[in-house]
Amino acid sequence: MKVWLNGKEVETAATSLTLLTEELDLPVEGVAVAVNNRMVPRSQWADYVLTEGVHIVIIKAACGG
Amino acid sequence: MFSDELEKISWEETTDRINAKTDADVRRALAKEHCDVEDFMAMISPAAAPYLETMARLSRKYTEERFGKTISMFIPLYITNSCTNSCVYCGFHVSNPMRRTILTEEEIENEYKAIKKLAPFENLLIVTGENPAKAGVPYLARALDLAKPYFSNLKIEVMPLKAEEYAELKRHGMNGVICFQETYHKDNYKLYHPRGMKSNFEWRVNGFDRMGQAEVHSIGMGVLLGLEKEWRTDITMMARHLRYLQKHYWRTKYSVNFPRMRPSENGGFQPNVVVSDRELAQATFAMRIFDHDVDISYSTRESAVFRDHMATLGVTTMSAESKTEPGGYYTYPQALEQFHVSDERTAAEVEKALKKEGREPVWKDWDASFDLKVFAGR
Amino acid sequence: MEKLVIAGREFSSRLFLGTGKFNSNELMTQAIKASGTEMVTVAMKRIELGDKEDDMLQHIINPGIQLLPNTSGVRNAEEAVFAAQMAREAFGTNWLKLEIHPDPRYLLPDSTETLKATEQLVKMGFVVLPYCQADPTLCKHLEEAGAATVMPLGAPIGTNRGLQTRDFLRIIIEQAGVPVVVDAGIGAPSHAAEAMELGASACLVNTAIAVAGDPVAMARAFRQAVEAGRTAYEAGLGVQAESFVAEASSPLTSFLDE
Repeated sequence: MKVWLNGKEVETAATSLTLLTEELDLPVEGVAVAVNNRMVPRSQWADYVLTEGVHIVIIKAACGG
Repeated sequence: MFSDELEKISWEETTDRINAKTDADVRRALAKEHCDVEDFMAMISPAAAPYLETMARLSRKYTEERFGKTISMFIPLYITNSCTNSCVYCGFHVSNPMRRTILTEEEIENEYKAIKKLAPFENLLIVTGENPAKAGVPYLARALDLAKPYFSNLKIEVMPLKAEEYAELKRHGMNGVICFQETYHKDNYKLYHPRGMKSNFEWRVNGFDRMGQAEVHSIGMGVLLGLEKEWRTDITMMARHLRYLQKHYWRTKYSVNFPRMRPSENGGFQPNVVVSDRELAQATFAMRIFDHDVDISYSTRESAVFRDHMATLGVTTMSAESKTEPGGYYTYPQALEQFHVSDERTAAEVEKALKKEGREPVWKDWDASFDLKVFAGR
Repeated sequence: MEKLVIAGREFSSRLFLGTGKFNSNELMTQAIKASGTEMVTVAMKRIELGDKEDDMLQHIINPGIQLLPNTSGVRNAEEAVFAAQMAREAFGTNWLKLEIHPDPRYLLPDSTETLKATEQLVKMGFVVLPYCQADPTLCKHLEEAGAATVMPLGAPIGTNRGLQTRDFLRIIIEQAGVPVVVDAGIGAPSHAAEAMELGASACLVNTAIAVAGDPVAMARAFRQAVEAGRTAYEAGLGVQAESFVAEASSPLTSFLDE
């Protein structure tokens, strides 16, 4: 299935957000995910079913003032 | 609410701090362009007495920077002396067997006309006792409505009201409220105001918050000098209150008054302390150096000579030819006054004297029609 | 030094640190330690695929340090609200440094959008610390909207030019009912000390420390400067402008003796 991740089209086998974050090997803390411009709380990742072509934004901590 | 702030401030500690101020504390305060309450305490302390001339110079400088050489002129009108309070120092005391007057609409209008014949007054202060049942908010609203054709800036000096009542009176053209706390000494306040609605300290002291919440344009404050022996502490509390109000209700313009009691010649209440001219001047200068923008108002309680000098040294607002009895300008020219007027000159004479001192008396500096809400309501 | 209280949390240190522009996370960690700070800002970025870089967060997570996520990169209130939600999720804190700069050149804060976003975010339960212009009226509006502090700029960000907005900062400090944190423009410890002497509640410093020859030593210098400035403020500064003596002649007040 193809989805948009941070503006790039990527191929993924993950069917839920939890599986996607595992596939991407993301750090446990300091990450937030939005699908189609809506933030999805971590507690809902497991049940969040990914569908073809959705826009996913994943952010993490960075240095900044 | 300011009563909560006041809980955190000890009167005794403030008094001790004022009395402990040193020469160095005074110099430090005078060198600052922006003073805090600590600095104010130094300037009003006995330690500042040798610096009176320096303080006068600074006070004049800051006043001229912000106000130029103008003095805003106003006149009070007492529309009733009916009062349910029993303030021990007041001529309108409830148990004083005097004739009580509540001016009728016709009488009020006659007073307005009579005032306009004295001088081109545009700033009117409507004053009442406290009798909400007989002379409450609707009565005040009516007096304001009647005043609009004659005056462009209307203030009231009445009992503390609810925020919505202030808002209501604003709709009738009220631009400012003056209310004297009399004293910030909570326990002694009860002694001076033993009965009646005024005996509630919190209701009065929080009245200023309610004015601010109602977005009253101009708020006037004052402590009655003569009640508390530690008058420096009382004025310091007022300075704190001023800073508090400025922080919370920053759209409002503030004025301070220093009503001073004199020894009574015909018995009656004798002041607990007599503040001298020199001390009152010090308090005035200290207030100006503390706050460059606050209006400082002197009434006709003060003598002609003192007023004329102080008009060049920090005072920015003055009344003239005031009568302190209801209907005093036309209806009842001989009635019993609330307090004795020292400066008995006519407004024209005051104007002439101020001009001689190089001051410009300003009769009109605000027009209620600038207030869109009032304007739209016309 | 009095403790600083923001939204009910006490801070012993009045120096806040930005984490941008350090050469390495290691250096940043040492600088944070040397500064004694209890509040550090942190930004957000989109992850890159296959990115194996060091996770900066693990360097600053510490119970003694309040994380202050910023909204850097957003251009209006709507984007700021979205960024705030992401930040709350990512960092597990409702504290937020709100910064909205639509202009990529000088990164100057947008006053109208900042006020709008503050109003919304406060309602959503955020502790909002808005970076803003040194505009006293704006600061009162932000305070009334529920901002936990105001963070006016001393000079354009990254310029190290010090307190160019001094006269306005003074008014803001005098009027504010919330802590005033001077943010942006502080280029030297003397600037930070001056801000504290004026009565600012805290300073937020980043570039001046991160790009110093020795960032760790500079962090220590800022710590000392902020403490010195605050202590001086609390102590009451001595006579600076002119020295007053009791005047022998009294042309203005002689009428009082008559």
